[in-house]
Amino acid sequence: MLKKIRTILAIVMLVLVTLLFLGVSWRINLWFGFVAKIQFLPAVLSFNVVVLILLLLLTLLFGRIYCSVICPLGIMQDCFSWLHGKFKKNRFSFSPEKKCLRYIVLALFVIMLVVGVTPVTTLLAPYSAYGRIVNTLFKPLYEMLNNALAHYEAQHNLYHFSEVEIWMRSVTTFVVAIVTLLALAVLAWRHGRTYCNTICPVGTFLSFISRFSLLKVSFDKDACKQCGLCEKNCKASAIDFKNCKVDYSRCVVCGDCLEKCKFDALHYGRVSKAPVAVEEKAETVDEGRRSFLLGAGLMTATVAMAQPKVKVDGGLAVIEDKVAPERKTPITPPGSISAQNMQHHCTACQLCVSACPNHVLRPSKSLMTFMQPEMSFERGYCRPECTRCSQVCPTGAIRPITPEQKTEVHAGYAVWLKENCIPLTDKVSCGNCARHCPTGAIQMVDYEGAKVPSIDTAKCIGCGACENLCPARPFSAIYVEGNVMHHLQ
Amino acid sequence: MNSTMDRREFIKHIGGAAMAASLLAACKKNDTPAPGVSGLDGNGSMTYRTNPNTNDKVSLLGYGMMRLPVEAGGTMRENPDSPINQELVNQQVDYALEHGVNYFDTSPAYCQGKSEGSTGIALSRHPRDRYFIATKLSNFSPATWSRQASIEMFEKSLKELRTNYVDYLLLHGIGMVGEDMDGIEVFNKRYMGNGVLDWLVEQKKSGRIRNLGFSYHGDIKVFDMLLKWHDEGRYHWDFAQIELNYLDWHYADEINPRNTDAEYLYMELHKRGIPAVIMEPLLGGRLGTLPDYIVKRMQEREPQTPPARWAFRYAGTPEGVLTVLSGMSYMEHLVENVATYSPLRPITEDENTFLMQIADEVYNLKNIPCTACSYCMPCPYGLDIPTIFSHYNKCISEGNMPNPEHPTATYKKARRAFLIGYDRSVPKLRQASHCIGCNQCLSHCPQRINIPEEMRRIDEYVEQLKRS
Repeated sequence: MLKKIRTILAIVMLVLVTLLFLGVSWRINLWFGFVAKIQFLPAVLSFNVVVLILLLLLTLLFGRIYCSVICPLGIMQDCFSWLHGKFKKNRFSFSPEKKCLRYIVLALFVIMLVVGVTPVTTLLAPYSAYGRIVNTLFKPLYEMLNNALAHYEAQHNLYHFSEVEIWMRSVTTFVVAIVTLLALAVLAWRHGRTYCNTICPVGTFLSFISRFSLLKVSFDKDACKQCGLCEKNCKASAIDFKNCKVDYSRCVVCGDCLEKCKFDALHYGRVSKAPVAVEEKAETVDEGRRSFLLGAGLMTATVAMAQPKVKVDGGLAVIEDKVAPERKTPITPPGSISAQNMQHHCTACQLCVSACPNHVLRPSKSLMTFMQPEMSFERGYCRPECTRCSQVCPTGAIRPITPEQKTEVHAGYAVWLKENCIPLTDKVSCGNCARHCPTGAIQMVDYEGAKVPSIDTAKCIGCGACENLCPARPFSAIYVEGNVMHHLQ
Repeated sequence: MNSTMDRREFIKHIGGAAMAASLLAACKKNDTPAPGVSGLDGNGSMTYRTNPNTNDKVSLLGYGMMRLPVEAGGTMRENPDSPINQELVNQQVDYALEHGVNYFDTSPAYCQGKSEGSTGIALSRHPRDRYFIATKLSNFSPATWSRQASIEMFEKSLKELRTNYVDYLLLHGIGMVGEDMDGIEVFNKRYMGNGVLDWLVEQKKSGRIRNLGFSYHGDIKVFDMLLKWHDEGRYHWDFAQIELNYLDWHYADEINPRNTDAEYLYMELHKRGIPAVIMEPLLGGRLGTLPDYIVKRMQEREPQTPPARWAFRYAGTPEGVLTVLSGMSYMEHLVENVATYSPLRPITEDENTFLMQIADEVYNLKNIPCTACSYCMPCPYGLDIPTIFSHYNKCISEGNMPNPEHPTATYKKARRAFLIGYDRSVPKLRQASHCIGCNQCLSHCPQRINIPEEMRRIDEYVEQLKRS
């Protein structure tokens, strides 16, 4: 029974989180956006006390059920493990807890989180690791399907699917995602929940509480016939059948053992007597325990992906692709308050990148803000009516804002580059930047016999309409510099 | 009410009978029956008009060679890189000749410069005395405005068309304005100062040009000047090509104050006995794709008659019309148009009143009067001007113009259809938002549409839709 409930809940959760990251429909974000917000680490980062208390209570009551039904990365690993179980039965065995490793990783994680060494924290965070996998690996596939449908619909005058541009936002993020997926797939295939019980900081943290949870899996020593089936089917390697013990720091309450036991010797419920904590001498670290982090670097060089180019038609002028200018300060989306706030709260899950309909957000390549979102305007600009990134962000890195509030957030300011400006180079009138500035921050003024833009930086909100719609290519004649902290007024 | 019913019934019977007769006739002639053609037309032979200057018997349907089919499918508008599908052109020219069409109109500028060559290949497979060739001295680039370049252009036309004389030569698009020149100035620079017009007159004397005329777009001062010269005996115009259709008859200057009603143009020619060649009988196809409620009105009056046929009948009815040009890309259009004029059923007074009512309704749609001739292309900043306009017009015709200020129950759906359809038909980088207003297209538009202004209007509309 426990297993059935767990499986159903887990599948529902996995599907919802995946749909969220695929960006299937904005409605899913509106209705089920909460599944991102009840994730542990995002809740910590956004100081979401309500969710935190609920999660702690949940663990205190039921054990690490969070890892089995809420964490998408955990569920994903269960899928791999389950798949292997189809071929090879009874393949697990008990191994003692790697306390040392767990605590060191957790301690480092907490330190880095506080200090703000984001590259490492974002790599380890389970929820955002899953987000990156779906966003960078599966979303393009979904988009291809979407475009095929849109193509079909275009011939039948239907308007449910609109064609989207598929492009790789960051090669590094792509590589990180693929390495994460492969490493986890291998680990889960061979040893079940290894990652969750050795590396995952959330798992380690929750294990402190789960040791004292109200409901637990426990042995009925009298009924137990010492067949060992429970241990052989524990993907957390947490059951020591010889001693009739369960390691509650690692048990994720999946219910597999209950199902397997033919003698009804395992029960999930209150345990009257506090069980003796499993204390075995730690064996030396064996294979499969290697941090998948190491793998990330190794694979970087192996993947070379061609970026799809814009197609051009013959009777039409060729349009050169825009190239992003080098910005001294990266632009963070309205609602993120400041680069600092972004850096401290973001787990680089890519949910905002996935939700951005204007292709503005993409993962950062710089080391300190590794894979965290930043804005650039080669393919679109931050449209005034859109606040989607602020609505989906579960970690408080981008706080919710309304379109009205957004008009008062100055995320950056425009800078004019004289040498690219069309009225001076091509000797034609232009003014496309001024025409499209939503705040009227640009006025065309006389300069060297032409009308050129003059920017009132006090009015500029850094939306990038000017940069995106500037006819100068590949470098725009007007571009946006980020504000270190957004100006409000 | 009763009488309308009666008439409808009557027409239905006539229609059925006509169809049967046409099928019978087709069988008797052992000819390809016109597929898809039904109703009252196409049961006889082509109507011809006589050119009083040369006594040419010209078919009322003229073949415009500006939208030829291409290998990749469709025309160069859809597949600009694709070469012309010569096999189809040959087939269509053969069908046209077989069914009495004998006027073929091309230009050195059409189909990215490939039209004359293709026309030459198709026509040279037939005896030269079976058809009339019309081509033009085009004037799009000031680089061709010298005497030398003009002569070369004419000689090249002869070569491409595989002939040593042209039946109808036109000064292409007189009245078009330059970037900072009015129509008269452009005309003088193009044809007068360099003696090109006099050179053409010489060619006419030597028989290399049989009829000399002009096609007119735009500045009415030039049109009036040329006719004054005709009256004074300074130059003789054997024919003139004008835009005429049931919308432009009265509405051309309402649609754009800088244009002139077709009625004036035609009457000026007619009273001088100058035969009129008609272009844009369908306004670039717009009179062929009307909103459902207008089509319904037309079909209630005459079932099975496509809207385009009304427009062709209208354009062919005035007796001073020598031929009506249609840029037929597809065989089916050719078959349909041949049927329309075999023979012409002239528009009656009653029908004329009816079409004027239809014109009122079409005018009230407030379409952008683009005929998709693509003279404005390529836009140096990458915009796909004709496709942007045609999407906008299509949405008007389909009644899919969501109004963000007064959203109706279907607003969301219409908004979605408009925006998604826009992205589908025009890539984002070629949409109206990228028009910088450089105004380089302005002088190229024969309809004298203020393209940058319309782009801005469409852009603002799209912006409004996106924000709501």
